[in-house]
Amino acid sequence: MKKIHYREWGIESPRYWGLLAVLATIVAVGGFATLYMEHQGHWVTGMTNQIVWGTPHVFAIFLIVAASGALNVASIGSVFGQKMYKPLARLSGLMAITLLVGGLIVLVLDLGQPTRLIVAMTTYNFKSIFAWNIYLYVGFMAIVAVYLFTMMERKANGYSHGVGVLAFVWRLALTTGTGSIFGFLVARQGYDAAIMAPMFIIMSFAYGLALYLLVLMFTFNTDDRPLGDALLRRLKNLLGVFVAAIFYFTVVYHLTNLYGTENHAYEAFILRDGGVYTWVFWLCWVLLGMIVPMGILFHPALGMQRGAITIAALLVVFGGLSAIYVIVIGGQAFPLNMFPGHTIIESGYYDGVDGLARAYSPSLPEFLLGIGGFALALLATFVGVRLLQFLPTSLADEVIDPHAAK
Amino acid sequence: MSEPIDKQRRAFLATASGAAAATAVAPGVFLHAVAQAAPRDSAVTDAVRYGMLIDTTKCADGCSDCVSACDKENGLDMLVKPEGASDALWDMQRPRWIRQVKLKNNLTGRVTTLPMMCQHCEKPPCVDVCPTGASFRRADGIVMVDRHTCIGCRYCMMACPYNARSFIHENVQLKPTAAPRGKGCVESCNLCVQRRDNGGTTTACQDACKQGAIVFGDLKDANSAVSQALAKYPSVQIRADLKLNTGVRYTDV
Ligand code: SF4
Ligand code: SF4
Repeated sequence: MKKIHYREWGIESPRYWGLLAVLATIVAVGGFATLYMEHQGHWVTGMTNQIVWGTPHVFAIFLIVAASGALNVASIGSVFGQKMYKPLARLSGLMAITLLVGGLIVLVLDLGQPTRLIVAMTTYNFKSIFAWNIYLYVGFMAIVAVYLFTMMERKANGYSHGVGVLAFVWRLALTTGTGSIFGFLVARQGYDAAIMAPMFIIMSFAYGLALYLLVLMFTFNTDDRPLGDALLRRLKNLLGVFVAAIFYFTVVYHLTNLYGTENHAYEAFILRDGGVYTWVFWLCWVLLGMIVPMGILFHPALGMQRGAITIAALLVVFGGLSAIYVIVIGGQAFPLNMFPGHTIIESGYYDGVDGLARAYSPSLPEFLLGIGGFALALLATFVGVRLLQFLPTSLADEVIDPHAAK
Repeated sequence: MSEPIDKQRRAFLATASGAAAATAVAPGVFLHAVAQAAPRDSAVTDAVRYGMLIDTTKCADGCSDCVSACDKENGLDMLVKPEGASDALWDMQRPRWIRQVKLKNNLTGRVTTLPMMCQHCEKPPCVDVCPTGASFRRADGIVMVDRHTCIGCRYCMMACPYNARSFIHENVQLKPTAAPRGKGCVESCNLCVQRRDNGGTTTACQDACKQGAIVFGDLKDANSAVSQALAKYPSVQIRADLKLNTGVRYTDV
């Protein structure tokens, strides 16, 4: 491997500032939406006492899951010693932090009492996986920051491997922690499965890599930096494999659920009778989010076209948001099984009369808050690569791996 | 099925020190008195465990006296629909501490009506998951929310198997002193805790029920009305399979 040089992102100023202005506007709109929701109270959202976590949580969880996945590219280089991935590590670390910040901000701003965050930081209930997650998130950011430092500061290079391993282990814990938020909800049928944690890990691999690929291709393209076909082929194949793995886990998850009689009703709900959730599951999660991107990525011709890879990665992101939507909101819409063997025929509080789903329709402010978090993560990424040396000047095949070149 | 009170009591005492510690660290818990006319300045103890037995055979179809009484006692009726809110959505967003539920047995077709509320679990999932410890269980078995530390994350609502909790979705203008409330916090039935701490022996829902379907009292006192009733009639915990050892029991479900 030739010596890799890094340089700040060189996109021309007007385009750069234009891009920032667009993203900043989206962030600002999200901010106003938040102020509105916090000022009025949550009645202006679609969330209710039955669907307590709504669209903001879908975005927040997606971003947090993707954040740990974005670090994977760096881990493959440092932990698993794949030289080709080494030059990709800095951007990977940066995105791990920015995506996490974006997700956490959405999560915090949706709290009923966001100003009491200080309470959350000082009074801990150590039995709560939620409280543990606060440590996991903060620790993750700190470790990745140190990791970035060891990569970017020559004198500290020697520690890079060790810190990289730590970061990798930490990110596994983090994703497991995020998945466990659901795993602990014993009373909710859709969540009560051991497979949840590994499924979240594999989802994080795919969603993080998809976002990484998009940012990598975009920044390199706008800056006329060479991005080799061999490298791109590896990354897109990896993405294809991760999506295939989600596919596998999705199938196993639903099959094991079908195996246990007590979950039949839930399965029928998601797979057949759940209305919008069934549609989102089959159309958005399975078809557009997994089958189509796999078809593109593994297609001999399409799979090598950059435009097609971009579309595939975008679809994976879309499928990811849909998957989290089905899990988070579909899981709540399905009524609690309070009286096994009975049907609720009347209820003063939406207990799922006749087994019908509880209603939820996302509201605009919720959606704007979620999108705002997304925009914030991208904004921070673009500012980062502009100010500091995150991007290699070239990822041409002969630069990163002379032997791999055709 | 409810365990014999004695066995339950022993099991409870074993965990009592833990519960007491948890209560001690939860801020905002002070000066809560023990049942029956105890002074306000004595501490909450685990010598009692408050609970209820609901006799569903007595619960009358179409009656909602307990619901209105709870609304009144705890100021839920003081909340007004925010201007511009849709009726349907608001109905799903307004708080409810107790509600009527009507069930049909899938096999026999037998219909049962009963009130549902927080079941005051001995091992409450809502308390386990709460990141700040705002959800807590008092030594006397009452599970409630400390409104000063609740950050409104709603994780407890996700965890509760009984849909027992409500989030305050709107600005609160009027509130009773007995039940302070604020936008962005979660709340649920607290067995009329203000009455406990002022020496009262009943709950509002119990007082309101003309059929006498609700019996409230100390599960640990073998002579209390609720213990006597539990000893006499077969009763169940709702979702007993979750092993939460609920403090609210039902007959004939
Ligand atoms: S019924 Fe729900 S709110 Fe009440 S103690 Fe149990 S888990 Fe908590
Ligand atoms: S909403 Fe409040 S009481 Fe419920 S888990 Fe969050 S902080 Fe605890």
